[in-house]
Amino acid sequence: MSTTTTSTTTSTTAGTTGPAPTASVAPTRTRRPAPAPIPFTRLLQVELTKMFDTRSGRWLTVSVAATALVATVAVILVAPDASLTYDTFGSAVGVPIAVLLPVLALLSVTSEYTQRSGLTTFTLVPHRGRVVRAKLAASVLVGLVGIAVALGTGAVGNLVGSSVAGVDTVWAVSAGQVACLFLANVLNMLVGFMLGVLIRNSPGAIVAYFVYSFVLPTLTLALAAYQDWFADLHPWVDFSVAQGPLYEGGLSATEWAHLAVAGSLWLVLPLAVGLWLVGRSEVK
Amino acid sequence: MIDVTALTRTYDGHRAVDAVTFAARPGRVTGFLGPNGAGKSTTMRVLVGLTPATSGSATVLGRRYADLPNPGREVGVLLDASAQHAGRTGLETLRIAARTMGLPLGRADEMVERVSLTGTEAGRRVKNYSLGMRQRLGIATALLGDPEVLVLDEPANGLDPAGIRWMRDLLRDFADDGGTVLLSSHLLHEIEVVADDLVVIGRGRIVAQGSKAELLAAAGTLVRSPAAAALARALEAEGVHVATVGPDGLRAEADPDLVGRVALAAGTPLTELRAADGAGLEEMFLELTADTARESTPEGVAA
Repeated sequence: MSTTTTSTTTSTTAGTTGPAPTASVAPTRTRRPAPAPIPFTRLLQVELTKMFDTRSGRWLTVSVAATALVATVAVILVAPDASLTYDTFGSAVGVPIAVLLPVLALLSVTSEYTQRSGLTTFTLVPHRGRVVRAKLAASVLVGLVGIAVALGTGAVGNLVGSSVAGVDTVWAVSAGQVACLFLANVLNMLVGFMLGVLIRNSPGAIVAYFVYSFVLPTLTLALAAYQDWFADLHPWVDFSVAQGPLYEGGLSATEWAHLAVAGSLWLVLPLAVGLWLVGRSEVK
Repeated sequence: MIDVTALTRTYDGHRAVDAVTFAARPGRVTGFLGPNGAGKSTTMRVLVGLTPATSGSATVLGRRYADLPNPGREVGVLLDASAQHAGRTGLETLRIAARTMGLPLGRADEMVERVSLTGTEAGRRVKNYSLGMRQRLGIATALLGDPEVLVLDEPANGLDPAGIRWMRDLLRDFADDGGTVLLSSHLLHEIEVVADDLVVIGRGRIVAQGSKAELLAAAGTLVRSPAAAALARALEAEGVHVATVGPDGLRAEADPDLVGRVALAAGTPLTELRAADGAGLEEMFLELTADTARESTPEGVAA
């Protein structure tokens, strides 16, 4: 054995000179045809499954259903007969859905980072944009189905409630109102999703979500109450105030403008930043 | 087939991977060896498209990983066994992956069996898994799509001796079946047993590569003498490079015959004279580790 090389000698092509018995006997696999690309519908289906198949996803869904049920029963037991309308039931069920479902959208993004499952997700689909679009679509879908379920439950509650109380069943909900509710709920889901892509950390994004949805509106309300200059500006810069009319069933042209301006500021802009960050950030 | 060419990745001016070039070929297990922080994981992350390369290229089966239409069906990847959703069961984790790849869900159950997880274990949430079980789950995910190439980062971590043996056999069979395996480790012995080819990396650069046989052959001669210092001088006078191994040992970059003659001529008594086998590789590896390790490596460990 003549060994004049140093241990740091680098042979450029691995093993071309070395004995390679395995290489000569090893059957080289016949090159298989390239598999078909992954269709977007499959990604969407996978992301929908992933929203609900974890412990957190399951419990969130259970708590949404439970609070909706409790709210319906509470309305029947507590509300005065005159208030036993579809509107009351719809909002009683709608509130827990509007509050909790966006957390599902948020977690669908942040869990990839906090739980580090993104390592597998983004290796199986090495196009973050596609994965994130699938998550976005899944969030919107869940929002739409969520509000549909809320309205359905509200309808049942309304029927049962009014017959228990022996009053006429009052529907009094227009198609426009329903459309606005759907829009409001989709916006809520998008807020959750936006905070997910922007923060990419589950606890952080959940805290941010509650600050965004509950603390911030209170602060701006207080500011508007004491500062005249801000009062006029308020609906233009406060997304929750701008969204208010959606729950009241119709928007004037100015209110649409409020929604567009505040929405750009509090949803579209941070969403764009978040999507850019998702594309760049390292999945550790 | 994996081709990495002049791959560089810098982080804030620090070159985590510096002009790395190597290939992993079908039918062979390629061991990617280096101390912690040497750039193994970064190289693998760039390879599978998780981290963009600063320059250079990496291809799998002749294409950039991101250009593979359904990567899971062609390349099985396990970068970190602990990077799995803790709130999902093992079986569900596999089902999600199977669904993504467009495979029947039954394939997930097959894989559970393949990696010797029991049905009860597969039904438990990953949160309750030991590292060894997570490692098996990760391997199951990697094998799910019946890939041609495996890229595994430290797959033996957390496995018990029987598990390590199992992993070794699995990789051997995979390569013998014509598959390409790239597996990293910071333990020389772990990789020495299974790898056909070795790529050694330190501080972001490739320091040695070739078939295992080649690298082990290049190890030189191990010689021990009570007069080691005198022998070292005599060998150096003959133009032979020597390195100290312990208090009385030397590793000479020459064959035992020459070292014996030099010792005879110099009149230094010998207590041991033999081909160094893997010692040179191990020593080189320890040198590498010593430079980057936080605690200093005592000399002579290689012997």
